[in-house]
Order: sequence, then C-alpha cells, then structure tokens
Amino acid sequence: MLTKRIIPCLDIKDGRTVKGVNFVQLRDAGDPVELAKIYSDEGADELVFLDITATVDKRKTLAELVTKVAKSINIPFTVGGGISTVEDVKVLLNAGADKISINSAAVKNPEVINEMALEFGSQCIVVAIDTRNVDGIDFVHTHGGRKPTLLKTQEWASEVCHRGAGEILLTSMDHDGTKSGFANEITAEISAMLSIPVIASGGAGNMLHFKDVFTFGKADAALAASIFHFKEIPIPSLKGYLNKEGVAVRI
Amino acid sequence: MKVAVIKYNAGNVQSVLYALERLGTEAVLTDDLETIAKADKVIFPGQGEASTAMKYLKERNLDKLIPDLKQPFFGVCLGQQLLCEYSEENDTPCLGVFPVKVKRFIPENTFEYKVPHVGWNDIFDIKGPLLEGLEAQSFVYYVHSYYCELSDFTIAKTHYIHDFAALMNKDNFYSMQAHPEKSGLVGERILSNFLQLK
Repeated sequence: MLTKRIIPCLDIKDGRTVKGVNFVQLRDAGDPVELAKIYSDEGADELVFLDITATVDKRKTLAELVTKVAKSINIPFTVGGGISTVEDVKVLLNAGADKISINSAAVKNPEVINEMALEFGSQCIVVAIDTRNVDGIDFVHTHGGRKPTLLKTQEWASEVCHRGAGEILLTSMDHDGTKSGFANEITAEISAMLSIPVIASGGAGNMLHFKDVFTFGKADAALAASIFHFKEIPIPSLKGYLNKEGVAVRI
Repeated sequence: MKVAVIKYNAGNVQSVLYALERLGTEAVLTDDLETIAKADKVIFPGQGEASTAMKYLKERNLDKLIPDLKQPFFGVCLGQQLLCEYSEENDTPCLGVFPVKVKRFIPENTFEYKVPHVGWNDIFDIKGPLLEGLEAQSFVYYVHSYYCELSDFTIAKTHYIHDFAALMNKDNFYSMQAHPEKSGLVGERILSNFLQLK
C-alpha cells in the first residue's frame, strides 16, 4: 500500500541550515548534511532543501551541497529556491538532487514548467504554490508569500498540473508558522481536483494535525520544519502515532 | 570486481553511483561497448522518457549489446521498462529481454490514486537471491507513471491501483521498478545482493 510521506524541510542559506535547529546529537547545527543524515536515519521519507540564498554567485555553493547530501543519504530529496531556468534544473539534478521545486519563476513564466517537464520528466518537477485567503478567495502569492498575484490558487494548481508538474507543494501562508494545523480545506480541494500528488505545508503543530491533513486534507505528503528541528515531534513517534491511527506510513 | 553503470541520458545515474560508493563499490560510468561487455556486473539505471532513452541506446548500439550480455545485469526504474518488449510511453519498442508490456497507470478516480505513483510502497510475494534477507513487508521508493505487467518473470509485486511487477528476473537479467538507490536500507540490501550474484 502506498504510504503517506513525512517530509522535513531545511532552509539553507549560503550552504548552511538557518532557522535554529535543536538536536543534541548535532555537532554542527548549521551543517545540512549532518541534519539530513539524522532525519533519514530517523525515518523521514523525503527531504526538502529550500535555498534562501539571496545572491546568484552563491548558487554554486548549493550545487556543492546537493552533491554532499546525495552522497550521504539514501532517501529522495528535493531542492528549491530561486530556480528559474532549465539550466538551473540541470545543474542541480546532475549534482544529485532527485527533484527540484519552482515557485515564483513558474508564476512569472508558466511555460517554463512545460520546458522542464519535457527535458527532465514530470517526476522531478515540483511546483510550489504559496496560497493566502483574501476575503474568502484563495490567491497565489510569490516571493515567500509576500507578493499577491491575481491567480486563483485552484486555477493555478490545475494549470501547473496540465503543464506537466509532477507534484504540488502547497503552502498555506495563513497557516504557516501558526502551529494551528494544516489548511485542510484547500489541500483537500486541490488534491481531489488533480491527478498529481499534493504535499501539504504550513501549520503543523502536533501529531493530530498530521493525521488530519492525511485524512480530511487528503494530502499525499506533509511537510514541516520547526517542529522537527526543535524535536517537538520526533519522526519515529509521529509515524508510530499515525500507524496506530490507521494512516499508512512507512515504519 | 568490475561494475559498469551504463551511461546514457538517465536522470538518476549519479545517485546510483553514490549508492554503490556507500556500499564500498567503485563503479565505472560508461557507454563503451567493450567496457560494458567485459564488466562483471552491469547496472542500467533510468529515469526519463522511454522513446528518448531508446533512441540514445540505438545511437550507441547499446540496444544490440544489452540483450546479449551474460553477466548479472540490473535494470532500474526506466531501466526495467526498457528491458521489456514494448512501452506504451510514446509507443516505443524496447529491448525485448522480458516478454512483458509496459503500460500506463489509469486511475479509476484521481481522489484515491494519483499518477505518477510517488512515494514508499511495499513489495510482496518476493522470491529469489536478489531479495534475500528482506522482510515480508519491505518498503521501496517509487516515482513512475508506467508499470510492467505481471508475468512468470515477476519476483516481487507491488499494489497500486492493481498489482504490478515490482522486480523481475530472467536468466542473468534482474530489474526493479522502484529506486534502490533511494530506498533506504531495503534498497541498499537489494543492491548489495545484486553485487553478490554470481
């Protein structure tokens, strides 16, 4: 039976993990490779590295990091942040990334989704969508959720699917950082509407939230950052809980 | 032991090399016919689209070489599909090692079943030396939209929408739809079993 995936997300700046991480066994809290290894050993199903490096010339650091990660872990990982061209994708896939995620660049130039899917296959193209509800309507936001667009989230999700995205990483900016639970309604709506998997992100605060997003939210995978980094929810406990609650997970 | 990994335009070649490295095996990445023919083991990775991959193999005469190889041979993901006789993906005749057809997943409802089939799923009805030491419900990592039909050569099954061939074996040819290089300890065990095949 296909299982629901648990995906820790690591924010990377200049090749280092940012946002505090709180692992006693980490010798170097800023080393993404070491953290990745711990998550993979703990039973994470996949990892996402989100590069928030501001400058283009530091991008080389990212490819080097991707290679180090690929050499040391035996589970799949996605790399996102600032990717806009087919060439960007090629560099990261060749470095060892399994998938890449694009966000603002896809909104700016939707055709690039088709180009990337054609060149590398849909399976490695994740389109990240940041959504925010404005007066009852869900709108796509870019630039880390700061910049509103006129695109309705449901319509955009459907368009990226048709253009060849392999998965959607749906982040609710309304829920992100609140620890009040995932945005189950819109996640379920988009998941039911599309033929590709949806990764829910934003709002994870406790184990029940994961169960809810997999059941009510119909998510295929759930992504979170701080609750894993600060060990508020250890992955083995989360998986044990989900398993007990009847959600299929890889133990 | 000389392990050759066939070099072509497959997306996951590097990951396969890293996985072998983690097992302490230095493999050579090559499309040279002689090097491949002389290797003790051959790994045929894959990720991408069938017709483009077949075109590339033909341009380098690898389509003639591969079916005649006698050493243990391991086709992975698209590599498994290309070893079959035909793929529905862009109506592509393949290498014909396995008399098996490759079909696209057609979900009954998108609510329950997404395509591609992405994530960790279990293998069952397992048999043979490639899968030695694995527990009954072992999880492997999948990313694919096309699958190999069940046949007499199926050595493990996975269920998604319906059962399909997770791993296959015919003579010296072994294959796996999931990615052993990304399947945690289970994948490592399968790769290391393959490296020990005689």
